[in-house]
Amino acid sequence: MNPVNYLYLAALLFTIGASGVLIRRNAIVVFMCIELMLNACNLTLVTFSRMHGNLDGQILAFFTMVVAAAEVVVGLAIIVSLFRSRHSASVDDASLMKL
Amino acid sequence: MSATAVHSLWTTAGEVTSAAPGDRFTAPTIEYAQLAPVLIVVGVAVLGVLVEAFVPRRHRYTTQVFLTVVALAASFAAVIGLAADGYATKSAHIAAMGAIAVDGPALFLQGTILLVSMVSVFTFAERRLDPASHGNRVDSFAAQAGSVPGSDGEKAAVKAGFTTTEVFPLVLFSVAGMLVFPAANDLLTLFVALEVFSLPLYLLCAVARRKRLMSQESAVKYFLLGSFSSAFLLFGIALLYGYAGTVSYAGIAAVVDGGVQDIDPALADTMGNDALLLIGGALVLMGLLFKVGAVPFHMWTPDVYQGAPTPVTGFMAAATKVAAFGALLRLLYVVLPGLTWDLRPVMWGVAIVTMVGGAVVAITQTDIKRLLAYSSIAHAGFILAGVIAASPEGISSVLFYLGVYSFVTVGAFAVVTLVRDAGGEATHLSKWAGLGRRSPLTAAVFAVFLLSFAGIPLTSGFSGKFAVFKAAADGGAAGLVVVGVISSAIAAFFYIRVIVLMFFSEPKADGPTVAVPSPLTMTTIAVGVAVTLVLGLAPQYFLDLASQAGVFVR
Repeated sequence: MNPVNYLYLAALLFTIGASGVLIRRNAIVVFMCIELMLNACNLTLVTFSRMHGNLDGQILAFFTMVVAAAEVVVGLAIIVSLFRSRHSASVDDASLMKL
Repeated sequence: MSATAVHSLWTTAGEVTSAAPGDRFTAPTIEYAQLAPVLIVVGVAVLGVLVEAFVPRRHRYTTQVFLTVVALAASFAAVIGLAADGYATKSAHIAAMGAIAVDGPALFLQGTILLVSMVSVFTFAERRLDPASHGNRVDSFAAQAGSVPGSDGEKAAVKAGFTTTEVFPLVLFSVAGMLVFPAANDLLTLFVALEVFSLPLYLLCAVARRKRLMSQESAVKYFLLGSFSSAFLLFGIALLYGYAGTVSYAGIAAVVDGGVQDIDPALADTMGNDALLLIGGALVLMGLLFKVGAVPFHMWTPDVYQGAPTPVTGFMAAATKVAAFGALLRLLYVVLPGLTWDLRPVMWGVAIVTMVGGAVVAITQTDIKRLLAYSSIAHAGFILAGVIAASPEGISSVLFYLGVYSFVTVGAFAVVTLVRDAGGEATHLSKWAGLGRRSPLTAAVFAVFLLSFAGIPLTSGFSGKFAVFKAAADGGAAGLVVVGVISSAIAAFFYIRVIVLMFFSEPKADGPTVAVPSPLTMTTIAVGVAVTLVLGLAPQYFLDLASQAGVFVR
């Protein structure tokens, strides 16, 4: 199968993730959409790695996974602490400061 | 492209590695001495985590402050040592198997970041501003960040005299990321450094002692928008990798310049495909411009600066900007010089809306921290004018401006921590009315910082702005300079308005008081004033230093 198809799939996933961030209002769902974007990047990297025949892209994908895991830890800590003090994880409710 | 051609690439690569059984794996050479500034900071940060685990609670604060200051000082000494060995000029080279550049701009910016972090850490350690609770001195950070504000758990934590000493290792981790960020010489290192310095900052934003709800809100906003932008940066990296087949800066630049001739036919529609280059380059630039706070990507800046604990705001405003502009410069000058003309209209547009937007919106602000946030956006625009200059003077003027701006910013936010009323810091501008009558010294110091922000002659802000605008004009961006001068004039209006408010209006009866800080915050402010005046009156030595340091290694 032509590897370029995976690039199209990755671009589609990335777009779905980005639209989700912009449309959804629950901080957890927004965060999941960001993870989807990161995984779309991983798919792109691995596909390019295969096309170029070198391993840089796959190594980058490993680093991305580690970074994404660290981001989950930090992100969930922040979102949970916000939820515990407000009883809501909606990003619209968090509006103490004017825009 | 045919699948067989792609497959043959794999088998060839496999044969090459299996053909030489003697050296299947070569150990990388790591120049530990040249990476010492980063390694010291990371090492002590890890040590700080162990301190949190093993040292009794009452000794942690002293231990952590001591370790942090020693680490930053030692790291700064290592940077000076490297510069003295000539790594900044003639023997600049690339260390750690192509991952880290040790050259003039990297060392200059690392030195700046370390000094600025040092004076910021003094404001983190300040414990005399808030009234003591239950006989324990408290700093700007929550007793226990995990407890719900106003809950019994938090009251118990306050009563027990807990403090969040974890902020010190977090700052060190963040500084380590910032040290690597402007020195990163491949896109992988760039991405990892970005996350290493961002993640601790997200956490630091959420741990304010007062106004915790605002603090947590700012952390959520910063985190969601920050990781959104880093996802775009990563996608840009993926596309650039697809374009060049490598993530090293020099390798990508070689493909951009057309230096790579023997492109495999199987890769004809990927490697050297301009669409990938342009989109990838734009996405990476977007991620960096987000960190810088340039206008279409600035929405997080005011909220995060306002909500975060003020010492963190000062640190973030100063050090992040230095690191991010360093990475931006390296990317534009080392990776994408072939795209200078393609990117020029975009960068012009971003610089213009950043300067004008920041200055105009700042006029309507009523909160001093928000006002400084918008002023930082305007300053990002001025620095971008120097970045666009695309000349050696452009690099050195940006380096100089970053050094100048970061010290003034840390000093200004340190003054903001001093003006307090019953609810903590009094950040609303109306509370600052008549401050000059009550505490002339504090108001005068703040006025010096504001004048420097405004770029009045004899302050460091003027020499910085002059250098940047001169480089931009020489680099063929005279239009930008005109816009820059006009928005400086707009910006001067609101800086002067604050000064007028402080000195020429009657103090209110229930106005805030100015807390007397410990020598720690006094040092921060004194360093800020000293840098402002010295670099305003005699900038030449530092301008020379910046221009000597202004050559990127490739």
